[in-house]
Amino acid sequence: MFQFILRRLLIALPTLFILIAATFLLMHLAPGGPFTTEKPLPDEVMANLEAKYGLDEPLARQFGTYLFDLVTDFDFGPSFVFKDLSVRDIILQGFPVTLTYGFWAFIVAISVGIPLGVAAAVHQNSWLDYLAVGVSIGAQVLPNFVMAPILVLIFTLWLGWLPGGGWQGGQIEYVIMPVIALSTSFMASVARMTRSSMLEILHSNFIRTARAKGLNGTSVIWRHALKPAMLPVISFLGPVFVAMITGSMIIDYYFGTGGIGQFFTNAALSRDYGVMMGVTILVGTLTILFTTVVDILYAWIDPRIRY
Amino acid sequence: MFKGANLFLRSEKFLTFVSIPNRSLWRNARDRFFQNSAATGGLVALFLVVLFALFGPHIAAWNHEDIDWNLLGNVREQGAPSWQNGHYFGVDELGRDLFARTAQGTRISLMVGIVGAFIAVVVGTFYGACAGYVGGRVDGLMMRLVDILMSIPYMFVLILLLVMFGRSMLVLFIGIGLISWLDISRIARGQTLSIKKKEFVEAAAAMGVKPIIIILRHIFPNLMGVVIVYATLLVPSMIIYESFISFLGLGVQEPATSWGVLINDGASQMSYGTLWQLLFPLFFFVVTIFSFVFIGDGLRDALDPKDR
Repeated sequence: MFQFILRRLLIALPTLFILIAATFLLMHLAPGGPFTTEKPLPDEVMANLEAKYGLDEPLARQFGTYLFDLVTDFDFGPSFVFKDLSVRDIILQGFPVTLTYGFWAFIVAISVGIPLGVAAAVHQNSWLDYLAVGVSIGAQVLPNFVMAPILVLIFTLWLGWLPGGGWQGGQIEYVIMPVIALSTSFMASVARMTRSSMLEILHSNFIRTARAKGLNGTSVIWRHALKPAMLPVISFLGPVFVAMITGSMIIDYYFGTGGIGQFFTNAALSRDYGVMMGVTILVGTLTILFTTVVDILYAWIDPRIRY
Repeated sequence: MFKGANLFLRSEKFLTFVSIPNRSLWRNARDRFFQNSAATGGLVALFLVVLFALFGPHIAAWNHEDIDWNLLGNVREQGAPSWQNGHYFGVDELGRDLFARTAQGTRISLMVGIVGAFIAVVVGTFYGACAGYVGGRVDGLMMRLVDILMSIPYMFVLILLLVMFGRSMLVLFIGIGLISWLDISRIARGQTLSIKKKEFVEAAAAMGVKPIIIILRHIFPNLMGVVIVYATLLVPSMIIYESFISFLGLGVQEPATSWGVLINDGASQMSYGTLWQLLFPLFFFVVTIFSFVFIGDGLRDALDPKDR
């Protein structure tokens, strides 16, 4: 087990390094920069600006400095557009917001999706099953950017129950719609996946044995079937996490919640390379971290898995 | 005469007079597919959407770029769908014909979906088949690369690429295609691993056929079933990627449009009561995604009957 964790980390670290290096290189090779404006700046001004941000040094040196600051100081360098904010400030400001609604969306997706999938599998071909399958197919065509306007249309414009945007320090009525919009399609995927893996398990030999021994239905389902049925679902949590963070771009854009997605989108529109680079690296790090943890968890739960 | 001979004669008669149609594997699959009403319905709906994308711009009374100056400024009162002024789906907030724009957007979204899935299928199948067939250390290395690429937050990188290299359709195609082949390469590799142990591959190898020819002639055709199913399910996710990016205003650029752009435009205007701007593009988006999902499920049941 220890060896497996070590090996997994040995893959994760170079991946992280490659991601950082690739992002950095891409940003610095790109034609045009944050200071490219409609009216070209005089050469001296350009030179001064580049000197201020250290852009005139050799690329390897810049990368070394960046990496060093990043690791030792959690410093992502300056934003090229917001003069008085560093990328770290922006991340520290936006990330708690993203984390809050992302966390709740994750919880909702799992705590609704898994019971729904289990119920559908246990009562296969009943009205409950059809309902669950119907809901999960329906939710497939409702990705977050479709869900968000529909929710606002219903709950803000027609019913007037919830505010249509903003964050206000995370008061409950501002959190509800982002969470629902973000979680719907993942809830559906989790339910679908739970249902099909549960069905497979319920038809397997050891469940038949358990039933033949005379165990009652609840005990068979909860003690014997659920655990192996959860395995594929756990391996799916990594991609769900990535998709949640990605979805935060839509949520922040549409609801104006002020998470990192909003900063990333704005940075993309204003070519603020510093912020784009910082957010990509942060998200990439978290993604790699999370996938590694899920992999280790998976191997821990299912001893058959060793790669 | 004893009984057996009689039976024999009868069965011979049967054989001569009633010819049983030849049932190939693909024919069976096709029959199974058309027995599935959701899949057939999806196919019909998709066919209609494609017709709309192909002929919509020609039927439209207006061009998708032109502004109807009569309506500009009072879109909310007079911009609703109407047969009289030729705006069958109404106009958007700038007074442009929504029928023409939806048709144009449908074209671009479908194109992104199909081309993106096509790139993914070609690259992914070839990569996976090579890795699986060659095996050993090369396989390990190639699949490790896929693992690494998979743990990168693709949407952020895609937006990065779009900002770097300019927001053009070409970059969008390449970017989406480059990221989407990963899943399919894993599936293709898994299938290849089991196919390459079959006798016909062994026979080909024994006769001295080159590995690349074996992959193309003997492995590829046997991967087709799985790959077709996956490709059908890949198209809607490509469409969703593109719409995601366009929704944020980072994808397709004006005057060209796509479902993501139209949904975003409609959503930003809906508080003024101009709901048609949201609902028409949304309708086409939802119908198309549904169709592809149903067709994909139907194909899976048809080509891989062991799951039923």
